[in-house]
Amino acid sequence: MNHASMLLRAFRDITVTRGWSLTQWETLIRQARRADVLASLAVRLREYGVLESAPPEARAHLDAATILAQAQERDIRREVLEITAAVEPTGVRPVLLKGAAYLMTGLPVGRGRLFADVDILVPHEHLADVEAALMLRGWVTTHHNAYDQRYYRRWMHELPPMRHLVRQTVLDVHHGILPLTARFRPNPALLLAAALPVTDHGDLRVLAPIDMILHSATHLLCNEEFSHGFRDLLDLDGLTRHFSAGEPQFWTRIARRAVELDLQRVWYYAMRYCARMLGTPIAPDATTFLDRGEPPLIGGMMDALFTRALEVDHPLAANAFSSAARRLLYLRGHWLRMPAHLLAYHLTVKAFRREEEEHASP
Amino acid sequence: MIVADLAGDALHDALKGPGMRVRTGSVVVCVRSSLPQIAAGLALHYANHALEPDDAFADFHVAVDPPTSMRRWLRPQVQFYFDGQVPFRPLPLDQAFPMLEWGLNWCVSAHCHQYLALHAAVVERDGRALLLPAPPGSGKSTLCAGLIARGWRLLSDELALIDASGMLVPMPRPVSLKNASIDVIRRFDERAMIGPVIHDTIKGSVAHMTPPAESVRRAMMRAAPALIVLPRYRAGAAATLVPLGKAQAFMELVRNAFNYHIHGESGFELLADLVQRCRCYEFEYQDLDEAAQVFNRLAGASA
Repeated sequence: MNHASMLLRAFRDITVTRGWSLTQWETLIRQARRADVLASLAVRLREYGVLESAPPEARAHLDAATILAQAQERDIRREVLEITAAVEPTGVRPVLLKGAAYLMTGLPVGRGRLFADVDILVPHEHLADVEAALMLRGWVTTHHNAYDQRYYRRWMHELPPMRHLVRQTVLDVHHGILPLTARFRPNPALLLAAALPVTDHGDLRVLAPIDMILHSATHLLCNEEFSHGFRDLLDLDGLTRHFSAGEPQFWTRIARRAVELDLQRVWYYAMRYCARMLGTPIAPDATTFLDRGEPPLIGGMMDALFTRALEVDHPLAANAFSSAARRLLYLRGHWLRMPAHLLAYHLTVKAFRREEEEHASP
Repeated sequence: MIVADLAGDALHDALKGPGMRVRTGSVVVCVRSSLPQIAAGLALHYANHALEPDDAFADFHVAVDPPTSMRRWLRPQVQFYFDGQVPFRPLPLDQAFPMLEWGLNWCVSAHCHQYLALHAAVVERDGRALLLPAPPGSGKSTLCAGLIARGWRLLSDELALIDASGMLVPMPRPVSLKNASIDVIRRFDERAMIGPVIHDTIKGSVAHMTPPAESVRRAMMRAAPALIVLPRYRAGAAATLVPLGKAQAFMELVRNAFNYHIHGESGFELLADLVQRCRCYEFEYQDLDEAAQVFNRLAGASA
């Protein structure tokens, strides 16, 4: 039996799981757990009325993940309020990004999504104020190594992750959506200017729908590691379906915005893989806009790399090419993040550090 | 079919090949390993556990094998693999079997949130379950081993799993004995099947005791909680039971819970209901024989 894409098959059309054998369900649960989408899978099964047909053995894991996702939802809601209160004295209205934004605005992709941390975007000129305000309320930086601090503060689009001393929660404070050194340069001022308030939470903002989708696409394609590649793909598919439904102007508007934000190529690839892997519906006339983002020559190779790397990273979904694809994309991710001389320096430091860490372990 | 039905070679072949699907109560684990210590440990301590066919659903896929790094030539090590991932740092090779046991505990406590999981031993007699919640060093496992040697049924020496209806879910697996308690149990019950002692682990010297066959056979029968006892080993102490207030018992359960924070309001209600239904005590002891008598009276008295 071909295990390769159980997870993909289930998310493309959840009703196909109805006739699945116990062995197929076992593979699905393993792959969903690895991709961190067990609770999203439970949500999807329930939505289409097929949760009841899941065998009890699989159901136990789906229920466990649902309980965990509900707990994380409670925690994130509280955490978001804590963050808002901490930042309030600076007069900055933070923009929630990714999971926390989906949750606080009640988007379908937020249901059952598991979280590792909260991400916010603030204007670069207020970064120091925001960091100081957060430190006053118990958030401290996590990277104490001088190289790491410099890496984040000089080159990256975010502060080193901050951890709350008491609650141990992690917060990423961004001032952009791609590194300062990156090949593509979306202007954060454009994103901040278009951000919208969250209903019932006046102090909080989220990106405008189209920007939210483009950020999700950027996250999916410009990362250097793909451990959450499948979940990011689900996010992008869910957001695109949600916001394009009944919006005839959607495809033209997002294509224009992609140009404004220097994300034309990112948007091209994002839709290409979303449609190819999850069947995301794209309006027929949108392809002309999309094709302007098509890169010359390397399309075939990128397809081969991404369709491997965005699959769940699980032994039963891997082939001989999977880990090579991830390694090449790791290099590509870095390549997009910084110019060659910085990249060479950064990877050298990381290589030596890894060696040190291995020798230090017991 | 049970593990003991596999002849020596068949067990090795299964472990090296597709893996052995072992049922531990409501959880089925698929174990793979190339190591003779793991084969021997499973043959000794899981002899009575049910073997599930290859097409049965396994909840967790684990492997215990030497890591692939170059260091294996310098100092032999062992790694616990959870479906291909490595949740822990490797340990010295001779700790392979304890690592499997610790890894399996982690599989359950980190994933089975359909249950409220407490760090506690659970034994049962005449349909009444006794919970022994306690931090390491309190003599919980020793007491648990002593009670099962005197005929109590083992549900678990490490994990109290409470289902949504408040019943305790058995997961009979080897009882982990540490340091002095290894010899205490050897003297207390000469029929006890205790595996090799492994020294210098993170918990000191450890050895495992095979769970009674009867407890393993009844692994699917949930038990109603009746008693909560906080044990404390103290040299020179006479076996003494002191009633414990419900509120304090509740706080002790929370302190020893793995996933209370995940269960929110329903977790609170489940534990509140549990302490309401149970008689709660603190218990100090030194002598295991004396302790076993106290508990047998306690079980009889609640009839």
